[in-house]
Amino acid sequence: MRAEARLVAEADGHGGTRLSTVYGEPPLLPRRTGHQQNQTAAEVHLVGGAAGPLGGDDLRIHLTVGAGAHLVVRTIAASLAQPSHPPAPSTLTITARVAAGAILDWLPEPTVAVRGCDHLSRSIVDLNEGATLRWREELVAGRHAEAPGDLRLETTVRYAGRTILRHDLAIGPRAKGWHAMLGRAAGTLLLVGKDAATAGPRAVNRMPLACGPAALVSATGPDARTVRAALDEGAANTLAHDPDAKPGNWRKG
Amino acid sequence: MSLSTLLVLADGRLPSGAHAHSGGVEAAVSAGRIHDLPTLESFLVGRTATTGTVAAAFAAATCRALTSGRSGVGTVPHARDEATPSDGDGARLAERVAALDDGIDVRTASPALRVASRAQGRALLRAVTRIWPAATNPAGPNPHHPIATGIAAAAAGLGPGDAALVAVYGGLTGSASAAVRLLGLDPYAVHALVARLAPECDRVAADAAARADDPVDDLPAGSAILLDLDAEQHAIWEVRLFAS
Repeated sequence: MRAEARLVAEADGHGGTRLSTVYGEPPLLPRRTGHQQNQTAAEVHLVGGAAGPLGGDDLRIHLTVGAGAHLVVRTIAASLAQPSHPPAPSTLTITARVAAGAILDWLPEPTVAVRGCDHLSRSIVDLNEGATLRWREELVAGRHAEAPGDLRLETTVRYAGRTILRHDLAIGPRAKGWHAMLGRAAGTLLLVGKDAATAGPRAVNRMPLACGPAALVSATGPDARTVRAALDEGAANTLAHDPDAKPGNWRKG
Repeated sequence: MSLSTLLVLADGRLPSGAHAHSGGVEAAVSAGRIHDLPTLESFLVGRTATTGTVAAAFAAATCRALTSGRSGVGTVPHARDEATPSDGDGARLAERVAALDDGIDVRTASPALRVASRAQGRALLRAVTRIWPAATNPAGPNPHHPIATGIAAAAAGLGPGDAALVAVYGGLTGSASAAVRLLGLDPYAVHALVARLAPECDRVAADAAARADDPVDDLPAGSAILLDLDAEQHAIWEVRLFAS
Protein backbone atom coordinates (compact mmCIF):
# COMPACT_ATOMS: atom_id res chain seq x y z
CA MET A 1 0.00 0.00 0.00
CA ARG A 2 1.26 3.49 -0.84
CA ALA A 3 -0.07 6.28 1.26
CA GLU A 4 0.77 9.81 2.20
CA ALA A 5 -0.26 12.16 4.98
CA ARG A 6 0.41 15.87 5.14
CA LEU A 7 -0.04 18.27 8.02
CA VAL A 8 0.65 21.97 7.83
CA ALA A 9 0.28 24.08 10.96
CA GLU A 10 0.36 27.87 11.01
CA ALA A 11 -0.03 30.53 13.66
CA ASP A 12 -3.63 31.78 13.61
CA GLY A 13 -2.70 35.33 14.60
CA HIS A 14 -4.49 35.07 17.98
CA GLY A 15 -1.88 33.08 19.86
CA GLY A 16 -3.20 29.76 18.63
CA THR A 17 -2.46 27.32 15.85
CA ARG A 18 -4.49 26.65 12.73
CA LEU A 19 -4.13 23.55 10.58
CA SER A 20 -4.14 24.71 6.98
CA THR A 21 -3.63 21.20 5.63
CA VAL A 22 -4.87 17.96 7.15
CA TYR A 23 -4.56 15.32 4.49
CA GLY A 24 -4.22 11.58 4.78
CA GLU A 25 -4.72 8.39 2.83
CA PRO A 26 -5.46 5.05 4.52
CA PRO A 27 -3.82 3.79 6.67
CA LEU A 28 -2.57 7.26 7.65
CA LEU A 29 -5.65 9.07 8.87
CA PRO A 30 -5.01 12.29 10.81
CA ARG A 31 -7.75 13.44 13.19
CA ARG A 32 -7.72 16.75 15.01
CA THR A 33 -8.00 16.16 18.77
CA GLY A 34 -7.51 18.02 22.01
CA HIS A 35 -9.46 21.15 21.03
CA GLN A 36 -10.43 21.81 24.63
CA GLN A 37 -7.20 21.20 26.48
CA ASN A 38 -4.76 23.37 24.66
CA GLN A 39 -5.36 26.92 23.58
CA THR A 40 -2.09 27.42 21.74
CA ALA A 41 -1.30 24.09 20.06
CA ALA A 42 -3.05 22.05 17.41
CA GLU A 43 -3.09 18.39 18.27
CA VAL A 44 -3.53 15.59 15.76
CA HIS A 45 -3.80 11.87 16.31
CA LEU A 46 -2.91 9.50 13.51
CA VAL A 47 -5.57 6.82 13.49
CA GLY A 48 -4.51 3.55 11.89
CA GLY A 49 -6.98 2.99 9.09
CA ALA A 50 -5.52 -0.43 8.32
CA ALA A 51 -3.14 -2.93 9.85
CA GLY A 52 0.50 -2.34 9.46
CA PRO A 53 2.85 -1.20 8.28
CA LEU A 54 2.77 -4.42 6.29
CA GLY A 55 5.47 -5.73 4.00
CA GLY A 56 5.36 -3.79 0.74
CA ASP A 57 3.90 -0.63 2.28
CA ASP A 58 5.42 2.70 1.32
CA LEU A 59 4.11 5.31 3.74
CA ARG A 60 5.03 8.97 3.87
CA ILE A 61 4.24 11.63 6.42
CA HIS A 62 5.09 15.28 5.85
CA LEU A 63 4.88 17.75 8.70
CA THR A 64 5.30 21.50 8.34
CA VAL A 65 5.10 23.91 11.25
CA GLY A 66 5.13 27.61 10.43
CA ALA A 67 6.54 30.40 12.56
CA GLY A 68 4.76 30.77 15.90
CA ALA A 69 2.70 27.59 15.46
CA HIS A 70 2.69 24.54 17.74
CA LEU A 71 1.81 21.14 16.31
CA VAL A 72 1.43 18.02 18.44
CA VAL A 73 1.22 14.69 16.63
CA ARG A 74 0.45 11.41 18.34
CA THR A 75 -0.73 7.99 17.31
CA ILE A 76 -3.61 6.24 19.02
CA ALA A 77 -1.80 2.95 19.52
CA ALA A 78 1.46 1.15 18.92
CA SER A 79 2.29 0.36 15.30
CA LEU A 80 2.81 -3.30 14.52
CA ALA A 81 5.33 -3.75 11.73
CA GLN A 82 4.26 -6.99 10.07
CA PRO A 83 5.53 -9.19 7.26
CA SER A 84 3.80 -9.88 3.98
CA HIS A 85 3.58 -12.97 1.77
CA PRO A 86 5.66 -13.04 -0.31
CA PRO A 87 8.06 -11.10 1.93
CA ALA A 88 8.71 -7.48 0.97
CA PRO A 89 10.23 -4.58 2.87
CA SER A 90 8.03 -1.80 4.17
CA THR A 91 9.09 1.79 4.65
CA LEU A 92 7.78 4.80 6.50
CA THR A 93 9.37 8.12 5.63
CA ILE A 94 8.71 11.08 7.87
CA THR A 95 9.89 14.53 6.91
CA ALA A 96 9.38 17.54 9.13
CA ARG A 97 10.19 21.22 8.74
CA VAL A 98 9.89 23.52 11.71
CA ALA A 99 10.25 27.28 11.42
CA ALA A 100 11.87 29.64 13.91
CA GLY A 101 9.64 30.17 16.92
CA ALA A 102 7.59 27.09 16.06
CA ILE A 103 7.17 23.93 18.11
CA LEU A 104 6.75 20.38 16.88
CA ASP A 105 5.91 17.52 19.23
CA TRP A 106 6.15 14.17 17.46
CA LEU A 107 5.11 11.77 20.18
CA PRO A 108 3.89 8.54 18.62
CA GLU A 109 3.38 5.25 20.39
CA PRO A 110 6.08 2.58 19.93
CA THR A 111 6.70 0.49 16.85
CA VAL A 112 6.60 -3.24 17.54
CA ALA A 113 8.68 -5.51 15.32
CA VAL A 114 6.51 -8.55 14.69
CA ARG A 115 8.29 -11.79 13.78
CA GLY A 116 9.32 -11.76 10.13
CA CYS A 117 8.78 -8.04 9.52
CA ASP A 118 11.24 -6.03 7.41
CA HIS A 119 10.50 -2.42 8.20
CA LEU A 120 12.50 0.76 7.80
CA SER A 121 11.32 3.99 9.35
CA ARG A 122 13.30 6.97 8.15
CA SER A 123 12.95 10.43 9.69
CA ILE A 124 14.46 13.62 8.38
CA VAL A 125 13.83 16.70 10.49
CA ASP A 126 14.88 20.20 9.45
CA LEU A 127 14.72 22.84 12.14
CA ASN A 128 15.27 26.51 11.60
CA GLU A 129 17.28 28.30 14.24
CA GLY A 130 14.95 29.06 17.16
CA ALA A 131 12.67 26.07 16.55
CA THR A 132 11.63 23.76 19.37
CA LEU A 133 11.29 20.01 18.96
CA ARG A 134 10.32 16.99 20.99
CA TRP A 135 10.79 13.87 18.88
CA ARG A 136 10.16 10.46 20.35
CA GLU A 137 11.11 7.10 18.88
CA GLU A 138 10.44 3.82 20.63
CA LEU A 139 10.75 0.28 19.46
CA VAL A 140 9.80 -3.05 20.94
CA ALA A 141 11.34 -6.38 19.91
CA GLY A 142 8.30 -8.48 19.09
CA ARG A 143 4.97 -9.03 20.76
CA HIS A 144 4.90 -11.03 23.99
CA ALA A 145 7.77 -13.56 23.98
CA GLU A 146 8.15 -13.22 20.22
CA ALA A 147 11.47 -12.97 18.36
CA PRO A 148 11.47 -9.75 16.33
CA GLY A 149 11.75 -9.29 12.61
CA ASP A 150 14.00 -6.61 11.17
CA LEU A 151 13.11 -3.11 12.24
CA ARG A 152 15.31 -0.14 11.66
CA LEU A 153 14.77 3.49 12.63
CA GLU A 154 17.05 5.93 10.82
CA THR A 155 17.03 9.51 12.06
CA THR A 156 18.67 12.67 10.80
CA VAL A 157 17.97 15.96 12.53
CA ARG A 158 19.35 19.26 11.29
CA TYR A 159 19.28 22.58 13.10
CA ALA A 160 20.04 25.81 11.25
CA GLY A 161 21.28 23.76 8.30
CA ARG A 162 23.68 21.66 10.35
CA THR A 163 23.20 18.03 11.30
CA ILE A 164 22.92 17.75 15.08
CA LEU A 165 21.84 14.12 15.44
CA ARG A 166 22.31 11.08 13.27
CA HIS A 167 21.38 7.74 14.65
CA ASP A 168 20.03 4.40 13.58
CA LEU A 169 18.35 1.97 15.95
CA ALA A 170 18.13 -1.53 14.56
CA ILE A 171 16.79 -4.80 15.91
CA GLY A 172 16.12 -8.20 14.37
CA PRO A 173 18.10 -10.93 12.65
CA ARG A 174 20.12 -8.53 10.48
CA ALA A 175 21.16 -6.32 13.41
CA LYS A 176 23.76 -8.62 14.91
CA GLY A 177 23.96 -8.55 18.70
CA TRP A 178 21.18 -5.95 18.94
CA HIS A 179 19.85 -7.26 22.26
CA ALA A 180 23.18 -6.50 23.96
CA MET A 181 23.09 -2.91 22.67
CA LEU A 182 19.41 -1.98 22.93
CA GLY A 183 17.53 -4.44 25.12
CA ARG A 184 14.02 -5.76 24.37
CA ALA A 185 12.53 -2.29 24.26
CA ALA A 186 14.36 0.95 23.62
CA GLY A 187 13.59 4.54 22.94
CA THR A 188 14.91 8.02 22.54
CA LEU A 189 13.35 11.42 23.07
CA LEU A 190 15.18 14.22 21.32
CA LEU A 191 14.70 17.63 22.89
CA VAL A 192 15.70 20.68 20.92
CA GLY A 193 15.13 24.09 22.41
CA LYS A 194 16.74 26.69 24.52
CA ASP A 195 16.85 24.77 27.81
CA ALA A 196 17.05 21.21 26.46
CA ALA A 197 20.75 20.78 27.12
CA THR A 198 21.22 23.14 30.02
CA ALA A 199 18.24 22.68 32.37
CA GLY A 200 19.26 21.24 35.69
CA PRO A 201 19.50 19.05 37.53
CA ARG A 202 20.25 16.83 34.58
CA ALA A 203 18.98 13.28 34.65
CA VAL A 204 21.77 10.84 33.84
CA ASN A 205 19.97 9.65 30.69
CA ARG A 206 19.49 13.19 29.31
CA MET A 207 22.62 13.69 27.26
CA PRO A 208 23.46 17.15 25.90
CA LEU A 209 24.44 16.84 22.25
CA ALA A 210 27.67 18.27 20.90
CA CYS A 211 26.13 20.57 18.30
CA GLY A 212 23.08 22.72 18.81
CA PRO A 213 20.79 23.42 21.78
CA ALA A 214 19.71 19.82 22.08
CA ALA A 215 19.75 16.78 24.32
CA LEU A 216 18.90 13.16 23.73
CA VAL A 217 17.05 11.24 26.39
CA SER A 218 17.65 7.52 25.96
CA ALA A 219 16.22 4.47 27.64
CA THR A 220 16.10 0.72 27.34
CA GLY A 221 14.14 -1.82 29.29
CA PRO A 222 12.23 -5.07 29.30
CA ASP A 223 9.06 -3.45 27.94
CA ALA A 224 7.61 -0.29 26.43
CA ARG A 225 6.20 1.00 29.73
CA THR A 226 9.59 0.97 31.41
CA VAL A 227 11.13 2.80 28.48
CA ARG A 228 8.40 5.45 28.42
CA ALA A 229 8.73 6.08 32.14
CA ALA A 230 12.51 6.48 31.82
CA LEU A 231 12.15 8.87 28.88
CA ASP A 232 9.70 10.98 30.86
CA GLU A 233 11.97 11.03 33.88
CA GLY A 234 14.90 12.00 31.70
CA ALA A 235 12.97 14.95 30.29
CA ALA A 236 12.13 16.27 33.76
CA ASN A 237 13.19 19.85 34.48
CA THR A 238 13.06 20.79 30.81
CA LEU A 239 10.25 22.47 28.93
CA ALA A 240 9.44 19.04 27.58
CA HIS A 241 6.68 18.46 30.07
CA ASP A 242 3.49 17.73 28.31
CA PRO A 243 0.59 18.75 30.54
CA ASP A 244 -1.96 18.13 27.80
CA ALA A 245 -1.25 14.48 27.29
CA LYS A 246 -3.84 11.95 28.22
CA PRO A 247 -2.84 9.87 31.26
CA GLY A 248 -0.33 7.21 30.37
CA ASN A 249 0.60 8.86 27.12
CA TRP A 250 2.96 11.24 28.81
CA ARG A 251 3.45 10.98 32.50
CA LYS A 252 3.72 14.35 34.19
CA GLY A 253 7.16 14.79 35.75
CA MET B 1 50.27 -1.39 1.34
CA SER B 2 52.62 -3.06 3.76
CA LEU B 3 51.22 -5.86 5.87
CA SER B 4 53.89 -5.32 8.52
CA THR B 5 53.01 -1.64 8.79
CA LEU B 6 49.36 -2.59 9.26
CA LEU B 7 50.43 -4.91 12.08
CA VAL B 8 52.43 -2.09 13.70
CA LEU B 9 49.36 0.13 13.74
CA ALA B 10 46.96 -2.61 14.86
CA ASP B 11 49.27 -3.89 17.60
CA GLY B 12 47.84 -3.44 21.09
CA ARG B 13 51.36 -2.48 22.21
CA LEU B 14 51.35 0.67 20.09
CA PRO B 15 51.87 3.35 22.76
CA SER B 16 48.59 5.13 22.16
CA GLY B 17 46.92 4.54 25.51
CA ALA B 18 44.39 2.04 24.20
CA HIS B 19 44.84 -0.14 27.28
CA ALA B 20 43.21 2.57 29.41
CA HIS B 21 39.84 2.07 27.70
CA SER B 22 37.50 -0.91 27.91
CA GLY B 23 35.09 0.05 25.13
CA GLY B 24 32.19 0.02 27.57
CA VAL B 25 33.04 -3.41 29.00
CA GLU B 26 33.77 -2.20 32.52
CA ALA B 27 30.38 -0.54 32.85
CA ALA B 28 28.60 -3.51 31.27
CA VAL B 29 30.36 -5.92 33.64
CA SER B 30 29.35 -3.79 36.59
CA ALA B 31 25.75 -3.72 35.37
CA GLY B 32 25.82 -7.52 35.19
CA ARG B 33 25.24 -7.62 31.46
CA ILE B 34 28.60 -9.26 30.77
CA HIS B 35 29.43 -12.10 33.15
CA ASP B 36 30.59 -15.02 31.02
CA LEU B 37 31.69 -15.93 27.52
CA PRO B 38 28.26 -15.98 25.84
CA THR B 39 27.32 -12.56 27.23
CA LEU B 40 30.73 -11.24 26.20
CA GLU B 41 30.18 -12.63 22.71
CA SER B 42 26.80 -10.88 22.39
CA PHE B 43 28.37 -7.66 23.57
CA LEU B 44 31.29 -7.87 21.15
CA VAL B 45 29.04 -8.77 18.22
CA GLY B 46 26.63 -5.92 19.03
CA ARG B 47 29.42 -3.44 19.60
CA THR B 48 31.11 -4.39 16.32
CA ALA B 49 27.83 -3.94 14.43
CA THR B 50 27.20 -0.48 15.91
CA THR B 51 30.11 1.55 17.32
CA GLY B 52 32.69 -0.64 15.58
CA THR B 53 31.08 -0.18 12.18
CA VAL B 54 30.80 3.59 12.68
CA ALA B 55 34.47 3.81 13.72
CA ALA B 56 35.53 1.75 10.70
CA ALA B 57 33.55 3.92 8.29
CA PHE B 58 34.94 7.18 9.65
CA ALA B 59 38.51 5.91 9.82
CA ALA B 60 38.25 4.77 6.20
CA ALA B 61 36.68 8.04 5.05
CA THR B 62 39.35 10.10 6.82
CA CYS B 63 42.14 8.00 5.35
CA ARG B 64 40.56 8.26 1.89
CA ALA B 65 40.36 12.06 2.18
CA LEU B 66 44.03 12.20 3.12
CA THR B 67 45.27 9.78 0.49
CA SER B 68 43.00 10.37 -2.51
CA GLY B 69 45.51 12.63 -4.29
CA ARG B 70 48.45 10.44 -3.43
CA SER B 71 50.06 8.54 -6.28
CA GLY B 72 52.50 6.71 -4.08
CA VAL B 73 53.57 6.43 -0.49
CA GLY B 74 55.76 9.31 0.66
CA THR B 75 54.96 11.54 -2.31
CA VAL B 76 55.44 15.18 -1.43
CA PRO B 77 53.97 18.18 -3.24
CA HIS B 78 56.73 19.19 -5.64
CA ALA B 79 56.22 22.10 -8.01
CA ARG B 80 55.66 25.57 -6.61
CA ASP B 81 53.36 26.47 -9.50
CA GLU B 82 50.89 23.92 -8.14
CA ALA B 83 50.60 25.82 -4.89
CA THR B 84 47.22 27.37 -5.69
CA PRO B 85 45.34 24.18 -6.59
CA SER B 86 46.95 22.32 -3.74
CA ASP B 87 45.87 25.07 -1.34
CA GLY B 88 42.36 24.53 -2.64
CA ASP B 89 42.79 20.79 -2.15
CA GLY B 90 44.09 21.46 1.34
CA ALA B 91 41.00 23.50 2.20
CA ARG B 92 38.70 20.82 0.80
CA LEU B 93 40.61 18.18 2.74
CA ALA B 94 40.40 20.12 6.00
CA GLU B 95 36.68 20.71 5.39
CA ARG B 96 36.02 17.01 4.76
CA VAL B 97 37.96 15.90 7.82
CA ALA B 98 36.21 18.52 9.98
CA ALA B 99 32.85 17.29 8.64
CA LEU B 100 33.83 13.71 9.49
CA ASP B 101 34.82 14.79 13.01
CA ASP B 102 31.42 16.50 13.38
CA GLY B 103 29.89 13.29 12.05
CA ILE B 104 31.23 11.39 15.06
CA ASP B 105 29.96 14.14 17.37
CA VAL B 106 26.41 13.86 16.04
CA ARG B 107 26.55 10.05 16.28
CA THR B 108 27.70 10.09 19.91
CA ALA B 109 24.91 11.20 22.21
CA SER B 110 26.86 10.51 25.38
CA PRO B 111 29.12 13.41 26.42
CA ALA B 112 31.28 10.91 28.33
CA LEU B 113 31.84 8.87 25.17
CA ARG B 114 32.69 12.00 23.19
CA VAL B 115 35.31 12.89 25.79
CA ALA B 116 36.69 9.34 25.77
CA SER B 117 36.84 9.27 21.98
CA ARG B 118 38.73 12.56 21.80
CA ALA B 119 41.10 11.47 24.57
CA GLN B 120 41.93 8.32 22.59
CA GLY B 121 42.25 10.34 19.41
CA ARG B 122 44.67 12.74 21.05
CA ALA B 123 46.78 9.91 22.49
CA LEU B 124 46.91 8.09 19.15
CA LEU B 125 47.80 11.28 17.31
CA ARG B 126 50.61 11.96 19.77
CA ALA B 127 52.07 8.52 19.05
CA VAL B 128 51.59 8.83 15.31
CA THR B 129 53.31 12.20 14.95
CA ARG B 130 56.33 10.77 16.77
CA ILE B 131 56.39 7.49 14.86
CA TRP B 132 55.66 8.96 11.41
CA PRO B 133 56.84 12.60 11.64
CA ALA B 134 55.56 13.40 8.14
CA ALA B 135 51.97 12.75 9.25
CA THR B 136 49.40 15.17 7.89
CA ASN B 137 46.88 16.29 10.49
CA PRO B 138 44.17 18.63 9.26
CA ALA B 139 42.03 17.92 12.33
CA GLY B 140 43.50 19.81 15.27
CA PRO B 141 44.97 18.28 18.44
CA ASN B 142 41.88 16.42 19.74
CA PRO B 143 40.22 14.58 16.89
CA HIS B 144 37.78 11.78 17.56
CA HIS B 145 39.43 8.38 17.75
CA PRO B 146 38.23 7.12 14.32
CA ILE B 147 39.46 10.34 12.70
CA ALA B 148 42.87 9.91 14.36
CA THR B 149 42.89 6.30 13.19
CA GLY B 150 42.38 7.47 9.61
CA ILE B 151 45.15 10.03 10.02
CA ALA B 152 47.43 7.34 11.45
CA ALA B 153 46.75 4.93 8.61
CA ALA B 154 47.42 7.62 6.02
CA ALA B 155 50.63 8.63 7.80
CA ALA B 156 51.77 5.02 7.80
CA GLY B 157 51.16 4.75 4.08
CA LEU B 158 48.12 2.53 4.46
CA GLY B 159 44.77 2.76 2.69
CA PRO B 160 41.13 3.24 3.76
CA GLY B 161 40.44 -0.48 4.14
CA ASP B 162 43.43 -0.81 6.46
CA ALA B 163 42.29 2.20 8.49
CA ALA B 164 38.86 0.63 8.87
CA LEU B 165 40.38 -2.69 9.90
CA VAL B 166 42.54 -1.04 12.57
CA ALA B 167 39.47 0.78 13.90
CA VAL B 168 37.09 -2.16 14.09
CA TYR B 169 39.68 -4.74 15.14
CA GLY B 170 41.13 -2.42 17.78
CA GLY B 171 37.68 -1.91 19.28
CA LEU B 172 37.10 -5.65 19.34
CA THR B 173 40.39 -6.67 20.95
CA GLY B 174 40.38 -3.74 23.36
CA SER B 175 36.99 -4.78 24.69
CA ALA B 176 37.91 -8.47 24.75
CA SER B 177 41.12 -7.96 26.71
CA ALA B 178 39.33 -5.66 29.17
CA ALA B 179 36.83 -8.46 29.79
CA VAL B 180 39.66 -10.88 30.53
CA ARG B 181 41.11 -8.47 33.06
CA LEU B 182 37.79 -7.61 34.70
CA LEU B 183 36.21 -11.05 34.86
CA GLY B 184 39.22 -13.34 34.91
CA LEU B 185 37.84 -15.18 31.88
CA ASP B 186 39.93 -17.87 30.21
CA PRO B 187 42.16 -15.86 27.85
CA TYR B 188 42.33 -18.74 25.36
CA ALA B 189 38.57 -18.95 25.15
CA VAL B 190 38.27 -15.17 24.76
CA HIS B 191 40.83 -15.13 22.00
CA ALA B 192 39.05 -18.01 20.28
CA LEU B 193 36.05 -15.69 20.29
CA VAL B 194 38.13 -12.86 18.81
CA ALA B 195 39.38 -15.24 16.12
CA ARG B 196 35.81 -16.25 15.29
CA LEU B 197 34.82 -12.60 14.93
CA ALA B 198 37.84 -11.67 12.80
CA PRO B 199 36.06 -12.40 9.49
CA GLU B 200 33.32 -9.99 10.59
CA CYS B 201 36.01 -7.31 11.01
CA ASP B 202 37.11 -7.99 7.44
CA ARG B 203 33.55 -7.64 6.20
CA VAL B 204 32.96 -4.39 8.12
CA ALA B 205 36.26 -2.94 6.88
CA ALA B 206 35.55 -3.84 3.25
CA ASP B 207 32.15 -2.17 3.49
CA ALA B 208 33.71 0.90 5.13
CA ALA B 209 36.29 1.21 2.37
CA ALA B 210 33.61 0.92 -0.30
CA ARG B 211 31.68 3.82 1.26
CA ALA B 212 34.68 6.01 2.12
CA ASP B 213 33.61 8.81 -0.26
CA ASP B 214 29.96 8.94 0.83
CA PRO B 215 28.43 12.11 2.26
CA VAL B 216 28.86 12.20 6.04
CA ASP B 217 25.13 11.89 6.78
CA ASP B 218 25.00 8.68 4.69
CA LEU B 219 27.77 6.92 6.61
CA PRO B 220 26.83 4.24 9.17
CA ALA B 221 25.17 5.54 12.33
CA GLY B 222 24.32 2.41 14.31
CA SER B 223 23.42 3.50 17.80
CA ALA B 224 23.94 1.45 20.96
CA ILE B 225 21.78 3.00 23.64
CA LEU B 226 23.18 0.78 26.38
CA LEU B 227 26.73 1.89 25.61
CA ASP B 228 25.62 5.54 25.91
CA LEU B 229 23.77 5.02 29.17
CA ASP B 230 26.53 2.86 30.67
CA ALA B 231 29.15 5.44 29.74
CA GLU B 232 27.21 8.21 31.46
CA GLN B 233 26.99 6.11 34.63
CA HIS B 234 30.62 5.00 34.40
CA ALA B 235 31.86 8.57 34.08
CA ILE B 236 30.54 9.46 37.54
CA TRP B 237 32.05 6.45 39.33
CA GLU B 238 34.66 7.48 41.84
CA VAL B 239 36.88 4.44 41.38
CA ARG B 240 37.29 2.67 38.08
CA LEU B 241 39.92 0.61 36.34
CA PHE B 242 39.38 2.01 32.86
CA ALA B 243 38.89 5.57 31.62
CA SER B 244 35.89 4.45 29.54
